[in-house]
Amino acid sequence: MSLDINTKKAKKNAYRISKERGIGASRIRVPGGYLKAEILGMVQKIAETYGNGIVHLTTRQGFEIEGIRLEDMDAINEMLQPIIELLDINQTEKGGGYPASGTRNVSACIGNNVCPFANYNTAKFAKRIEKEIFPNDLHFKIALTGCPNDCAKVRLHDFGIIGMTMPQYDPSRCVACKACIKGCKGLSVDALRMENYKIVRDAEKCIGCGVCITKCPTRAFTRSEKKYYRLSIMGRTGKRNPRLGKDFLVWADEDSIVKIILNTYRFVKEYIDPSAPGGKEHIGYIIDRTGFAEYKKWALDGVELLPETIVNECIYWDGIRYD
Amino acid sequence: MGYQIPREAADNLFKRLGEHYDIFAPKVFSGEGCFSDTDIIRYGTVRTLAEIEFEKKSDYSFKEVLLPVNETCLYFTEETASVPAGEEKKRLIFLRSCDLHALRRLDTIYLENGPEDFYYKRRRERSLFVLMGCPETCDTGFCVSMGTDKSDAYDLYLKVSNTFVWADCKSKELAPFFIGLLEECDTETTKSASCCQVEPEFPKFNKESVTLPTAFSDNILSHPIWEAYGNRCIGCGRCNFACPTCTCFSMQDIHYRDNEKAGERRRVWASCQVDGYTDIAGGNSFRKSQGDRLRFKVLHKIRDFEKRFDYPMCVGCGRCEAVCPEYISYINIINTLAKEES
Repeated sequence: MSLDINTKKAKKNAYRISKERGIGASRIRVPGGYLKAEILGMVQKIAETYGNGIVHLTTRQGFEIEGIRLEDMDAINEMLQPIIELLDINQTEKGGGYPASGTRNVSACIGNNVCPFANYNTAKFAKRIEKEIFPNDLHFKIALTGCPNDCAKVRLHDFGIIGMTMPQYDPSRCVACKACIKGCKGLSVDALRMENYKIVRDAEKCIGCGVCITKCPTRAFTRSEKKYYRLSIMGRTGKRNPRLGKDFLVWADEDSIVKIILNTYRFVKEYIDPSAPGGKEHIGYIIDRTGFAEYKKWALDGVELLPETIVNECIYWDGIRYD
Repeated sequence: MGYQIPREAADNLFKRLGEHYDIFAPKVFSGEGCFSDTDIIRYGTVRTLAEIEFEKKSDYSFKEVLLPVNETCLYFTEETASVPAGEEKKRLIFLRSCDLHALRRLDTIYLENGPEDFYYKRRRERSLFVLMGCPETCDTGFCVSMGTDKSDAYDLYLKVSNTFVWADCKSKELAPFFIGLLEECDTETTKSASCCQVEPEFPKFNKESVTLPTAFSDNILSHPIWEAYGNRCIGCGRCNFACPTCTCFSMQDIHYRDNEKAGERRRVWASCQVDGYTDIAGGNSFRKSQGDRLRFKVLHKIRDFEKRFDYPMCVGCGRCEAVCPEYISYINIINTLAKEES
């Protein structure tokens, strides 16, 4: 049987072209890895109707339904529609499946819905970013993690968002039990000490992890009303020069981060290598070409940072070089 | 004397009370819980009835109103020492029946156990107590088992709804506020305050029940339960800090950094579960294991205090049960002991 498939279009429609001729996989993106359980039943139904009954849990918190015949893509897109609606994915054509695949799923750790360490609702922030940037075919990887433990490994992403809180200390509630000092030393960066039976926090050392707050038995340490984030940028895996992301902003706010990501899309459109394979180039390589100063100019355009936000004026990445 | 007061009139009454008293009540501190986006209910000053959390039990008890977490006892220089002045305004303190019973324990410790405590006494004498009812039991309390579910030792009882507030005023000092209210209100019955019988609401039963051991054998000290739970305890002290009947302090002498010849002496809440509680001169300390500390606490609550004062210390508020991050069940410990010891 002859098959006439526009593979470029299929890939943008979130289908994988597999090793086996005529067979592909349907990729379902789940922003923030946060979904209603009823979607699992819908995924199962597609896998058993059009696939080989196997589903792969992707590394970026999606499902990949294996063994589907490429000619069934339209029928599968119909079945994907309720999933896309439940996940509130921006769509250009109803019933047309996922409209883009270049920008990867915005992934997140479980966050403060469940985890005692998390400093914010990662799924909610992931969904906000999803709504701002999709559909989009540029190669962006964004991940969110609730605290500096970085379970989501966000430093391997173009944008890594790490939750912080500014510890608020009420000395009149402090009983000098040292739980915060021990917690900070054992689990974090040893930024606390005691002077005259009260806690002194080294603000420069403090990474805003919130351990002192969870350890405090009297609510002397509490969270700041504002939620803060550390924005790590341009981490990447890959063939030439894999590297960990470095801090661009510390004690930043949600709005600024969203603006910076959107600004970066504009920067990439301007400077991407026109001959980049598949129209995809890691942002970091583009910045390597333009210089960080140029990127920073674009990234911070129109961004009103909080007075307490620390901006790293110059970033030098390292990592492993194979090229 | 009981009253039914329309809500608006009650709100105005509360405002007037606030002019004469500092009013302390349990309230929700939004976002100040242990974990992100969680709240805590603890005591603070309130200016309106609406600020008071009437439904849920406070995570920390009323005791911090009478016994602040930190209290400066005296300021000293090379030549002199001076005691800080007490608060100007008298206090109204909202609390539930279990906590009113805890107040009796605090009085016993600070007023009847040897010399009277100056700081407690001067605050206590200038405090009035407002009972909040418990139409429903809380989750972890066992006041019915402890006989602390009812109390008539209040100055004022208040029950609040959106349309009316019901009050039972026993205090002579507060009575004029209510009598004045009857005179002020217009004659339309729906808008007027009126006298009526008001009975406080008390829980009829709890979800938890506790049986205290009737006797303790000699080998209670080496019971394996202490080690078993001690291995789980992280020694954070939350059970003590949340408890309305824990009354221990540590003393701290602070020498001011810019002038070490002047300073202050404070007393600060202490916990028998936290390192340092039993440290003595020479570097020795006692009850080094968490198991030993747990035993000390539990037996103090249900045995040792009673030996001295003829009634148990624990009031069954269940706060220690609710606050323990390691899910150590004080209720289960007592019931296990009761089963084996009695």
